[in-house]
Amino acid sequence: MTRKQKRGWMIGGGVATLTIAAILVLFALKDSVVFFHTPSDIAEKPVPAGNRIRLGGLVANGSVVRGAGTTVSFKVTDTLKDIPVNFTGVLPDLFREGQGVVAEGTIGTDGTFTADSVLAKHDENYMPPEVAKSLEARGVKLGGSAHPQTKSQ
Amino acid sequence: MIIEFGHFALILALLVAAFQTVVPAWGARVNDGRLMRVAEPAAVSQLFLLLIAFCALMHAYVTSDFSVANVAINSHSTKPLIYKISGVWGNHEGSMLLWVLILALFGAAVAVFGNNLPATLKANVLAVQASIALAFLLFILLTSDPFARLASPPADGNGLNPILQDPALAFHPPFLYTGYVGFSIAFSFAVAALIEGRIDAAWARWVRPWTLAAWMFLTIGIAMGSWWAYYELGWGGWWFWDPVENASFMPWLAGTALLHSALVMEKREALKVWTILLAILTFSLSLMGAFIVRSGVLTSVHSFAVDPARGVFILGILVVFTGGALALFALRAKDMRFGGLFAPISREGSLVLNNLLLVTSAATVLIGTLYPLLLEATTGDKISVGPPFFNMTFGPLMLPLLLAMPFGPLLAWKRGDALAAAQRLIFAAMAAVVVVAVAYAAFERGPWIAPFGIALGAFVMFGAITEWATRIKLGTAQFDEVARRAVNLPRSNYGTLLAHFGIGLMVVGIVATTAYQQERILVMKPGDSIEIGGFELAFKGAAPGRGPNYREDIAQFDVTRGGAAVTRLEPSKRLYDAPPQPTTESGIHASWRGDLYVVIGDEQTPGSYAVRAYFNPLVRCIWLGALIMFIGGGISLSDRRLRVGAPKKSSRSSPIAAE
Repeated sequence: MTRKQKRGWMIGGGVATLTIAAILVLFALKDSVVFFHTPSDIAEKPVPAGNRIRLGGLVANGSVVRGAGTTVSFKVTDTLKDIPVNFTGVLPDLFREGQGVVAEGTIGTDGTFTADSVLAKHDENYMPPEVAKSLEARGVKLGGSAHPQTKSQ
Repeated sequence: MIIEFGHFALILALLVAAFQTVVPAWGARVNDGRLMRVAEPAAVSQLFLLLIAFCALMHAYVTSDFSVANVAINSHSTKPLIYKISGVWGNHEGSMLLWVLILALFGAAVAVFGNNLPATLKANVLAVQASIALAFLLFILLTSDPFARLASPPADGNGLNPILQDPALAFHPPFLYTGYVGFSIAFSFAVAALIEGRIDAAWARWVRPWTLAAWMFLTIGIAMGSWWAYYELGWGGWWFWDPVENASFMPWLAGTALLHSALVMEKREALKVWTILLAILTFSLSLMGAFIVRSGVLTSVHSFAVDPARGVFILGILVVFTGGALALFALRAKDMRFGGLFAPISREGSLVLNNLLLVTSAATVLIGTLYPLLLEATTGDKISVGPPFFNMTFGPLMLPLLLAMPFGPLLAWKRGDALAAAQRLIFAAMAAVVVVAVAYAAFERGPWIAPFGIALGAFVMFGAITEWATRIKLGTAQFDEVARRAVNLPRSNYGTLLAHFGIGLMVVGIVATTAYQQERILVMKPGDSIEIGGFELAFKGAAPGRGPNYREDIAQFDVTRGGAAVTRLEPSKRLYDAPPQPTTESGIHASWRGDLYVVIGDEQTPGSYAVRAYFNPLVRCIWLGALIMFIGGGISLSDRRLRVGAPKKSSRSSPIAAE
């Protein structure tokens, strides 16, 4: 094998691997990316029923209702609009009324969101950044949720 | 007083780092031995000063000095001592102090143990290392002062986030950082070599032990984090492809590639340019990880408090160091000659394949981690890239890597014989086929492909054993010769086979637990019982309890198997006093077959609880595999040939594979 051929093998292999990886990435990005929406986003621009999305906001006060078994329903609100959510499973420790959540699942034709996972962060002061950002963008004050900042003397 | 002393030590360390950045590098430039030699005492005193600063902060934590803001925010007087200590690095400021301490530790280690390094290289390495420390010390002093005082100290502190109050997590950051930050040495060596414009096989021999040490600690650090997430977060999972996890996993992938390419460079003087680039990229990924974890640009289940100013600062550090190193690389790379050539089927060829796949997979993880950020910046759409993305991209890339893994060490340098290697692996392949059959018999349902995944892991494990058997001539030579060869086989070989064996074991665990996990979610009232994973799980009821700094509801489950009592599991729901935060404690029964994993949720009606039970087959193999890799790394590191001070040995003396 000549010098050129040997180097050709390496370059060819590299290009082939990168091409395959690029194709995999493109397909995976098309299929497995989940968009994040707030209730107001959905009110403005409805999401087709059955599309997998992440719904973020606050758990509306007084909205949590336990059903049969481990089914629970609650409303996710961004204080302007809210969306009813059904979830079957065990809620995270920090799930509480008034706290930020992100629910992942699909929205039904009746406008009810069926979540298969519910996230709440493991920090008292936490609010998912997407939630905080979109709430701020809509002019909602986030009192009392800021992390105490260290100030130098 | 001690706190001010610590603060002062930190500022002195900054000055020492500035001195160590400038003087030895200048000395190397003008070839002045005295100027170059100051790097060594400077590196040691920098370590000493940072140790003082670190101990001062630890003292404040242990004595619960709430006049220190950092302690007041993150500690509490009733916290057990071990968590007061681990609380030092359980927050942003303290963990950055740990970060620079480890930077200085590696620098000082090179200063003390690097006796065989050429004077100019050593001076440049220590200067570059000090410049990294300088940047991070500036970062700490300007944006994240751990020693800031409070004008009016509170009576008691806020407490440490309860989920961090855990023995595995207490020691996870020091291990992780030792790995993460340890790659800085490879970076410093790469930049120093580029400054000098001289790169040869000896360079790889000097860099390899440091890279190996960092890699070992990163391996075990990631494994500890995964183990912690498994039993503490109560989701039954062990890896979530979370940005923070990816942040530590990307340097691991690149660092693993670096270990292998440095081997080629050391033995064959090939892949020189590539190895230098990889050393730069590996540490750049560590810096990128720091940026991801501390800037809050990405949503994660476990990142630090968010502060944009810090994010911008770290991004600046990332840009300056990575950009600077890459610019220097572009300037010098054209002068570097390519080393020895080799056939595609050869030891080098297999290591190139390893590098190609590892680096490509690191790139896919990087894309998956940063894509949401890019998309939001360009279109405003907010998305999340979850596990399906990584399973679709990372998984297929690992497949050829694992398949090729047993072949690599059996091929000769320069030109290998794939057929001969395949013949040697026939037993491993046969054993893997048996494993497919056993897996089909043992697990009734699940995807058809899973047994092949398990067999692939088994193939890697048997492949490692085959390599060992080949090297010691097991089955072909007399017993005393086999014994002699087994004893004389270099420790670095034992390290390699253990590490490869550990990967195989890990793959077995990953595939088995992913494909065959059983999950039950239901409401149970006292007296109810369910069947899962061959166990019967009977709920006896829950009772309140009290720990040192929390209240809890402890549920009791009697576990039986075929009528015989196995154990009693007591998962609980805790409410900590400070901060008042609930946590879920899982009840786990570990067995060779797998883990029975139970957590309770909220009380539904009085006495009845939401219960989540899992059976995770062979899940322990994942962490056991990582532990074996760690041990393999340690054994390899203790090899005389790899030791930093070892005399130079001819690189042509071992034209190996199977002899």
